[in-house]
Amino acid sequence: MQKERTPLLRKPSVQTLLASLVCILLGLLIGYIALLIINPAGAGQAIIAIVKNFWTYSKPATQIKNLGMTLVKTAPLLMCSLSVLFAYKVGLFNIGAAGQYVAGAGACIYCAIGLGWGWLPCMIASILAGALVGSISGILKAYRNVNEVISCIMLNWITLYLVNTLLANVKEPTSNYTYVISRHLVMVDGTATTVANPGAIMPSLGLENLFNNNKYVGLALPLAVLLAIAVWVLLNKTRLGYELRATGLNKNAAKYCGMQDRKNIVLTMAIAGGLAGIGAAMLYLTGLQQWSVTQSSVPSMGFNGIAAAFLGGLNPIGTIFSSLFIQHITDGGSFLDMRVYSAEISDFISSLIIYLCGFVLFFKTTLNKSLDRREEKAIRMAKGGKAS
Amino acid sequence: MGSEYAIEMLNITKRFPGIIANDNITLQLRKGEIHALLGENGAGKSTLMSVLFGLYQPEEGVIKKDGQVVKINDPNDANALGIGMVHQHFKLVECFTVLDNIILGVEPTSKFGLLKKDEARRRVVELSERYGLQVDPDAKISDITVGMQQRTEILKMLYRDNEILIFDEPTAVLTPQEIDELMQIMRNLRAEGKSILFISHKLAEIMAVADRCSVLRKGKYIGTVNTADVTMEDLSAMMVGRNVNFHVEKKECHPGDVILHVDNISVASRTHHKDAVHRVSFDVHAGEIVCIAGIDGNGQTELVYGITGLEPLKEGKLELQGKDITKASIRERSLSGMSHIPEDRHKHGLVLDFTLEDDMILQRYFEKAFSSVIGFMKRPNIRKYSEKLIDQYDIRSGQGSATTVRSMSGGNQQKAIIAREIDKDPVLLVAVQPTRGLDVGAIEYIHRQIVAQRDAGKAVLLVSLEMDEVLDVSDRILVMYEGEIVGELDPKKTTPEEMGLYMAGAKRDSERKED
Repeated sequence: MQKERTPLLRKPSVQTLLASLVCILLGLLIGYIALLIINPAGAGQAIIAIVKNFWTYSKPATQIKNLGMTLVKTAPLLMCSLSVLFAYKVGLFNIGAAGQYVAGAGACIYCAIGLGWGWLPCMIASILAGALVGSISGILKAYRNVNEVISCIMLNWITLYLVNTLLANVKEPTSNYTYVISRHLVMVDGTATTVANPGAIMPSLGLENLFNNNKYVGLALPLAVLLAIAVWVLLNKTRLGYELRATGLNKNAAKYCGMQDRKNIVLTMAIAGGLAGIGAAMLYLTGLQQWSVTQSSVPSMGFNGIAAAFLGGLNPIGTIFSSLFIQHITDGGSFLDMRVYSAEISDFISSLIIYLCGFVLFFKTTLNKSLDRREEKAIRMAKGGKAS
Repeated sequence: MGSEYAIEMLNITKRFPGIIANDNITLQLRKGEIHALLGENGAGKSTLMSVLFGLYQPEEGVIKKDGQVVKINDPNDANALGIGMVHQHFKLVECFTVLDNIILGVEPTSKFGLLKKDEARRRVVELSERYGLQVDPDAKISDITVGMQQRTEILKMLYRDNEILIFDEPTAVLTPQEIDELMQIMRNLRAEGKSILFISHKLAEIMAVADRCSVLRKGKYIGTVNTADVTMEDLSAMMVGRNVNFHVEKKECHPGDVILHVDNISVASRTHHKDAVHRVSFDVHAGEIVCIAGIDGNGQTELVYGITGLEPLKEGKLELQGKDITKASIRERSLSGMSHIPEDRHKHGLVLDFTLEDDMILQRYFEKAFSSVIGFMKRPNIRKYSEKLIDQYDIRSGQGSATTVRSMSGGNQQKAIIAREIDKDPVLLVAVQPTRGLDVGAIEYIHRQIVAQRDAGKAVLLVSLEMDEVLDVSDRILVMYEGEIVGELDPKKTTPEEMGLYMAGAKRDSERKED
């Protein structure tokens, strides 16, 4: 048995990274061309604004504060992409991360405002709510062979309206938004009033100071990164991961060797749902956003998770960076000149990038072929050299 | 024109990281001949064919068609040159009809893009009559026999006017009768001027049908001979580089206690309403090899599914060493001492995208030796175990334990399964077509392993479609026909002819008649 060192460019991880970078560049380029067509005057500026995001500001202090904002939203996106990735490794396409995320949001917001719980029990409630929604799709798939994509899409809507209904109980009387998360709604003598519940906000761990007192930066991102690593460990180093990968790659073989494929499918969807659920907690328990109980579209976080998972090469560690990137350009969209373009143009560009991710395999094959040719040439040269 | 060769592959060399798959190989196919390509698994036959179809580009060597150098960049180029292939694993759309599959990709259409199926049907019927290829053009692929699927593949080539026909181990999946038919079809094709390349490692078939034979061994070209000038032993020696023992040497059988007791079991069919297995009863004792013989599709697969737990039983009872396992899960049966070498190694036996070491522990990954109490895999132990099996069972692969199983040759994949199942130290070994698609060297090796298990006091239930294997290896033969056991034969006393009568349903033991 001989072991040769694989050249750097031949390593699958390096190739995936390169392919993702090519996707990003091509996506930006095509996006630029589209902007040119819409309005040539501002295209260059617009694409720069998207890529620059917070660097648009000249003061470093403002820059760092806005970097913080991007990071705050990266954490939930990362969790959603881990949710998609985890299910995908077991051969399931979890398009329901969006709905599981909504369930997690509903759970933590209600537990904080309606019940006055602290952040940790709220977060656990989010995990359980997401896991519950995920496992419904899992059970349908395992025991009734219902396609998980269909059940997930339907559950997305069911969950959204259920959560809207639930959260209508904790909304401000004068608006469609729920109370801020640090208030606890109580009934005093038949009238609703709120009392402070600062415990519902996730601890900042002193991280806010690093980002120019951006009070929303806190536990979420480090926790999300830790969970990404945990997902990697779970998939690659544990017995459960071994079983799940076997089921995902060949469910007949998994059955043949006595793995309980049905149980594994339900478990996978429950874990995926839990990951999306905790993602929602990571956003809403910062107090950054309030829930609008009249919203009629599923938040895009879960769907962006699909994008981040694929851009990250379906590698938990890769998704850390892809989530950051996608959140970065999504936020960059808000720096566009609104008189010329709409903010959705950044969604358009990130979707272009995702679309191009489908070509990752193509890039890899092309790269391998050109490497083959170069090696062949080298061999021929070496032979020619010997002959002369 | 002018060249006597339809296709020539001259001095082909193809390297892969760590291995030279083809080392200066020359293959010349004459017009209107049947040319066999013989070699063990991993000898380089598949690589050579991939080069011919443009899937790989050789580092050295040229390909000539009718004496002209041609460049083949992809399978489309090969098709354009009139080269067609029947793959070992058919490339058919299961839910389409025979006719649809034949015209797939070359559909005759009217000006408006509508299919002109009548015209196609006429041509298909004409072709099938001309070459004696019996098919039902309107039957769905999923409903027809493997033999008819293969004839569909052959018609696909003929419909495309291919002149050079490649058969990749075509008999591996066929019953003895179907093999005879195929041989006749190949002779008909030759008579019509087609050039045939017949990839095989079944010596008897090569001797029966081929004009010439080229032999590869471990990526090297050994030589080309006229089959009329050589014996089977000569070919075998060329292929493996040593003389192979054709008959399985085994000691007298001393059956012990009943290990597997099968009592009146029935298994429902997935495709029709009749039972696939109907009220079957038999025992397998320690230290004996019981062989289920029969033509493919007579319920053997479902019988094994029922015994191993892949399908539930409709009725009846199963006992393993006196313990009732009728309702036991697959895992429970495995832990009670049942090992299973499955019929389809790609579907059930292996996770092809796993590394070899991960596939080696598929049946025991949950044991303390391989994963800790809190659920972490013990990688060093897994590696050590895998290296031990690789060494002990001589499993060859590019990067040892870290090789992706998909990249290994069929024979070595099968060896990996056998190593895994035997090393589990079972009391009952269920082996279904364990030598399917393998070469002589590997077959001999696997037969020796099975006999060794018997001699070690294990009960062996072997399911085989190969007459020779049934007669050589088994201690007792049960013939299955249409879901029932129709006869019990003694391999020392019976003849292939007698077995054939049972297999074809022309004869059955009186006491086995339904009561």
